[in-house]
This record gives sequence, structure tokens and C-alpha cells, in this order.
Amino acid sequence: MILPKMIMKNAFRRKVRTGLTILAIAIAILAFSLLRTVITTWYLGVEISSASRLITRNAVSMIFPLPLAYYDKIRHTSGVREVSYGNWFGGIYISEKNFFANFAVEPKNYLDLYPEIVLPENQKAEFFRDRRGFIAGRKLAERFGWHLGDIVTLKGTIYPGNWDFVLRGIYHGRDKNVDETQFIFRWDYLNEIVKKIYPSMANQVGFYMIGVTDSHLSADVAHEIDAMFKNSPAETLTETEKAFILGFISMTEAIVTVIRIVSLVVIVIILAVVANTMAMTTRERLGEYAVLKTIGYSGLQLATLILGESLVITFAGTLLGIALTFPVAKFFSSALGAYFPVFNVAPSTFLFDILAGFIVGIAAALIPTRQAIAIRIAEGLRRIG
Amino acid sequence: MSMDKMDTIVEIRNVSKSYRRGDHVLPVLTDITFDIAYGEFLAIMGPSGSGKSTLLNLIAGIDHVDSGSIVVGGEDITSLSETELAKWRAGNVGFIFQFYNLIPVLTAFENVDLPLHLTALSRTQRREHVEMALNMVNLLDRMDHYPGQLSGGEQQRVAIARAFVIDPAILVADEPTGDLDRKSAEDVLTLMDRLNKELGKTIVMVTHDPHAAEKAHLIRHLEKGVFNS
Repeated sequence: MILPKMIMKNAFRRKVRTGLTILAIAIAILAFSLLRTVITTWYLGVEISSASRLITRNAVSMIFPLPLAYYDKIRHTSGVREVSYGNWFGGIYISEKNFFANFAVEPKNYLDLYPEIVLPENQKAEFFRDRRGFIAGRKLAERFGWHLGDIVTLKGTIYPGNWDFVLRGIYHGRDKNVDETQFIFRWDYLNEIVKKIYPSMANQVGFYMIGVTDSHLSADVAHEIDAMFKNSPAETLTETEKAFILGFISMTEAIVTVIRIVSLVVIVIILAVVANTMAMTTRERLGEYAVLKTIGYSGLQLATLILGESLVITFAGTLLGIALTFPVAKFFSSALGAYFPVFNVAPSTFLFDILAGFIVGIAAALIPTRQAIAIRIAEGLRRIG
Repeated sequence: MSMDKMDTIVEIRNVSKSYRRGDHVLPVLTDITFDIAYGEFLAIMGPSGSGKSTLLNLIAGIDHVDSGSIVVGGEDITSLSETELAKWRAGNVGFIFQFYNLIPVLTAFENVDLPLHLTALSRTQRREHVEMALNMVNLLDRMDHYPGQLSGGEQQRVAIARAFVIDPAILVADEPTGDLDRKSAEDVLTLMDRLNKELGKTIVMVTHDPHAAEKAHLIRHLEKGVFNS
């Protein structure tokens, strides 16, 4: 059939214009992919959260602690398999710009509860042995060039003073979506110092992390724990890990909404670029379309020519944009590791790219196609003369 | 469309056509009635704005009459829908334009092949038809050239090959030599003469050029939308 051949030749007839259009689409698709990746990264914690893990915190607010004394009661609640606890530390390494998540946890149960944090057995043993020990994610250790045995000092914000830690382990994620930029140290070390300096803050934990024997029991266990501490000075709020993380994300929902809107604006920009190119192309070729109609080509065949050309240009730009996404996302991942510990482009993003390309390709050609089909042959032929 | 040599191929009855320019109605053809015989080579002459190109377009089924009827090869084309007209044109009419109107991204071969894609011919049959047509216009050796690589005369000969490759009953030509030098114009007119004499094609040609009109068997003059008697 001659139509596919004409579509390809027409698409690249004006090489500079088509090239610039493809480049514009590629940049827009790249921006769209990165913005979508920011959104998926934002929700990554929700995606990878376990259905069989619960988080218990103070019912009033996260900033209010819970007594360590709750540990035994929670541990012996029916359906509870394992319990760990921790505190957000909020320490600064050298300068505020070196931000990374750092917190104190009860280590043994924590590592059991989070099997996605993979640590060699000998390093785990060292971490359990040394109360000043800490473990760091692979990316964090690489970022600052830390090696096992190095002493790292954090400046406390919630707990003032300089805190020295010894690197006893470097973990890596069980899969690529696990955050490898965390700094995890022992809660008993934190509590020991706090006892001396701020006795009123001792034996207090920020949150409990609870593993349940069966994920179907999560709601019942949460209800039972909260009921247990009802009317106490520190009432609890227990929720699934997913709900807990969503609670954090909801605080930044406005930012996510803005990013979503911007990503849609990017699609509209692509549409405008391609529609402009197709409008110019069709206007230039109305005479040729009139000739084809004269020969006997139908409106449907003309529509195929124009829609086909639009789709070829759009898909060329989309594929180039997807190809560019890989190296640029990698660069983003390394450059913005502090803000986006995991920055992986999800396969669904590429599907959205292709879908966007398809919709834009069709939509941009609609008006030019209508114009080409509707033109009277005599009128079209006059444009040539 | 089979008929004897002397049968009438085109019957035009009381055809009128006008164009609307804003609030004004501009009459172009007024109550035209005439016949064209099968195998005729007719030249229609007349000053600019006399309606000759409009008449050609009506005969070729690319424009619509306001009133009257046009029967070509027994088919009343004024009663056909747009889709039916497109199909009718694809099998029955060959067009030769003043500015050749070849598709610039297709080779001479592909341009001539273009109308054959609307037929049921196989790829091999199409190739045979195209090569035969290009041979007839003496351009077989240039079949892989693009229009931009051909002279004006050569482009018009490719356009003529494209017009007759489907073996139409009637060829319509609108100022076919209007954009050519004398030598190329002569080649094109000779070719049209051969198509008429050797292949029996009915040709209706609109021209300003008296020299071109001399090649026709019959010349009719159109002025202000009516034929001079």
C-alpha cells in the first residue's frame, strides 16, 4: 500500500520543522516522565509498605511521645508477632544541606520486622554488639565516603549536642524501591544519654512498629491496642503502615496536586506543538490533497495520511523522550538523592507516555484532517496555481 | 464504459453554474447544452473568467452544477454523492493539470502508480501498467526520479501517464501547456494527439493557446458562460 510510504515521506519532508517538533515532544515527554516519577516516588513508601505492619503513635500528635512501658502490653496483645520502637532523631551531618533520615530504633526486632533491609550477618552482629553503632544505607555511605569503623558525628536538633556513632554495617535494599539513604542507630544509646542530660525525656518512644501474625488481623489488633490505652495520659493511635505514611503525604498533598497539574500542562504543550505543525503541514498540502481527491482517493484515505503523519511524528518524539528519561532519571537520582532516596521510573510511566503520545497524535490531527476532507477540489487546486 | 466510436460520451443539458461572493451571485455558466462524441479531441477556448475551467471541472465530476444534468458514459454524474463521484472519477476520468500536480515525495513510477492503488490490480499488474504508461511518454528510464529532478515538460508527461494509466474513457486537460516552453508544449500536445489517435481516448482540453487548440479536432469558444455559435 502506498499510504504508509507517503505517511513516512510526508512526515520527514520538512526535516528541520519535523526535527524540532520531535525534539519539543521528546523534551515534553521527558518532563512528563520526570514529574510522574516524582509523584510515584512520593507515594513509594505507600507502595512498598507492608500490610502486616502497624504503627502506633500518640493519638494527639506525632510530636508527643509514648511511654516505653507500653512495649510489654503491646507485645502480649493477641495477634502481635513482633514489636520494635523508635524515635526520630533529626540530626545534622556537618551542614543542613546534607539532609538524610536518621532515627533510633530497638535494633533486633526492627531488622526482623523489616526484612527488606538486608545486612550481612557479621555486620548485624557488630551492630548488636556496639551500643554506639549505626547502620547506613549503601547510597548514604557512598555519598559521604563512609567505611565500616568510621566515626560519624551528628549534631542533634531535638536532642542537642554532638553525637558520635560508629559505622557497623552498610545495608542494601532487597529490591530497588527500598530507601538506601537511611541512618539507623540504637535506641538504647539514645535513651542512655537522654537519661543523663534530659531525664524527663527518658524511656519515651516516638512510635511503635508492630508486626502482626496475619495481615487480616491488622484492624482488630489496631483496635485492641488503642482500646488498651484509652483514657490513659498517652492515648494511642494505631494504623497500618500504609495509612501512617499516607498521613504524612496528605500534609504535602497540595504540592503533589501542583505537580500533577503541571504534568497535564506539559501534555497540553505537546498537543499545541504538534497541532501547530500539523496545521502548517496540512495548509501547505491542501493542493496535494485536492489532487488525491481528484484521482479518486476518499476522505478516509486522506484522514489516514494526516493522522498517520501526526502519529509518526508524535511517536518519534515520545520514543526519543522515553530514551532520554533513563539517563536523566539516573542523573536526578544521584543529584537529588537527599530529597528522593529512590528515583526509579515506573513501567506504568512509560505506558502513560505512550498513551499521551497516542492521544496527542490523534487530537492534533483532528482539525487539519477535517479541513483537508472538507476542502472542495476546485478550491484546493486553485491554491496550487 | 463500452460504446461505439460515434456514440456520445458526454451529454450536457441546460447546465448552469454560479459562484457566490459574499452577497453577490456571479453567474459563470448559463444554460449550456452540448454533446461530446466518443474519441473526440475537443478544445475549449475563451478569455479568463469565461467559465471554461468550471465547465471542465463539471464534466470531470469535481464540481457540482446548480441546475441541468451531465451524463458521462451513460452515468448521470450530477446525481452521484461525493463518495460515488470519487469512485467514478477513479475509474473513468484522467486529469492533466497546468501545474502537473505530481506528489513531490513520490518518484515518477510511484506517481503514475498512485491511481492504480484504487483498483483491484495485483502488484505485478500495476507494475506492468505503470511501465507501459511511462514507456508511452518516453520516460521509462526516469521512473526512479522525483518530480524535482525532472524538467517541466517531463513532469507534465509523467502527469499524462498518471492520467491515462487507469485507461479512462475521457481525459480532461486544463491548460496542459500553460506552464511549458514551446518545445515541451509541442511534445505534450503530440503525446495527447497520440493518445487520442492511437488509444482512442476522448480528450477535452481547456486552453488559451491557439497553437495548442489546433491539435484538437473541434474548437469551441466560451464567452461569459455561453458558447459562441
